[in-house]
Amino acid sequence: MTMTVSLPRVLHAASGGPLSLRAHEDAFATTVVDDLFDELVASGLAGRGGAGFTTARKVELLGRERARHKVVVVNAMEGEPVGHKDRTLLSTNPHLVLDGAEYLATLIGARRIDVCVSRNDPTIVGHVQYALLERERRRGGPAFVLLTPPWRYVAGEESALVHWLNDHETMPQYRPNRPNVLHVGRAPALVVNAETSAHVGLIGHFGAERFREIGTPMSPGSTLVSVSGAVERASVLEVPFGSALREILRDAGADVDPQAILTGGYGGAWLGAEHLDAAYCDEALRPLGAAVGAGVLVVLPKGACGLSETRRVVAWMANESSRQCGPCAFGLPALAEDLGTLLNGSPDARHVLRRLRERCAVIDGRGACRHPDGVVRLVESALKVFADHVEDHVNGTPCGASTSRHWVVVPQIEHESELVWE
Amino acid sequence: MGMNRKVGSFVLKVNPILCDGFGHCHELAPELVHVDEWGYPIISDQPSSTSDRAILESARLAVRGCPRQALRIEHTSGPH
Repeated sequence: MTMTVSLPRVLHAASGGPLSLRAHEDAFATTVVDDLFDELVASGLAGRGGAGFTTARKVELLGRERARHKVVVVNAMEGEPVGHKDRTLLSTNPHLVLDGAEYLATLIGARRIDVCVSRNDPTIVGHVQYALLERERRRGGPAFVLLTPPWRYVAGEESALVHWLNDHETMPQYRPNRPNVLHVGRAPALVVNAETSAHVGLIGHFGAERFREIGTPMSPGSTLVSVSGAVERASVLEVPFGSALREILRDAGADVDPQAILTGGYGGAWLGAEHLDAAYCDEALRPLGAAVGAGVLVVLPKGACGLSETRRVVAWMANESSRQCGPCAFGLPALAEDLGTLLNGSPDARHVLRRLRERCAVIDGRGACRHPDGVVRLVESALKVFADHVEDHVNGTPCGASTSRHWVVVPQIEHESELVWE
Repeated sequence: MGMNRKVGSFVLKVNPILCDGFGHCHELAPELVHVDEWGYPIISDQPSSTSDRAILESARLAVRGCPRQALRIEHTSGPH
């Protein structure tokens, strides 16, 4: 069987359990790809971890490094609590991800591949372990190492992941001159998201032309979307870039007439329902203030309180800060507190709203990583999308939304009292 | 100025991880550094000209005066 344009293409599933190496090799019979790097450039593949950095450029940067050893780091940490794409990918077709990593290793001349999966997800660790065992028999090629850092939101940030690989600390690093090359030990490291790696696998097997058969000219290929919130069942879909958002919601069995959707992830942006006919790709979403980001869509139905959902996310994100940088460690709890004040109503709500806006502007761009910027983006988008709703809260009109039913899943904060960190 | 030095521009940069909000930089270079409500520096990312000796001198003082050594002067080329 060869690949067709019909989807799913990276989520090529077997019945029950991950695709075995043999089944994978049958499904993804390699055609001859002359120059892998040229194909990667031609494919226009952008990273799927959130930042959307062009993969070919990353490979080029690493290729230029002069070093004895280089390493490819496959990042399947998946920090987003409502994101399941990397996990789904590794539990359906792990070998495509590993193939992609092997191609990347060949391109930059790496002899080791570190596959990083959160230890909080033992099932996925098991799947990867098994897939690596299956490959053991095929000698030659780069060595795979499975690593299991502990899960936390910022642990998946590339510099934090590399920091863990070096020092067992899941803290982002200060990188003033980006893009720079991260190092594991002394080896320059190419850090790629697991989904990106799977797409590299596709390109390596079938070439850039077939990769570009779906998607848009600027965002070619397909992408994985985790849809949750007002859905019958949270799921991960593979959709071509450029599909209408409403279509994606319909396919996911979600409420197709919602109040708003959260795009990108917890550091993403709310998008009002009037934009649901927009295409799902960065060139269409960016002008609206949203982005594909980490491929997360959370559906917020009518009647829910967007402000209260935002507050829960911001409070959780504040707690997930690694508390290295002042503006993030102090600023994010302050944002959560302001949102709480707005929500519960207060005589000086008008002043609190103004302060919240000012604080957003002050915090933006002042962390070592993009964690605070993401939260600011989320808050600012909430103030815009739920403007009428915010106005009601400021005026002290009760919003009438249920306070017990929540739509955005937030993991339990263990020590709520620790939230304000002083 | 006296010395015939090449005129360029510079920005003061802070490593936010090292910074603990002592606020010395604000005291030493108030024209370049403001502080937020938590005492952490807000530094303009607009380059200043190195021909303005007073500004450059206070930037140097701030770099030297930082207890966490979190500040750095970054020279940028191009128009000042």
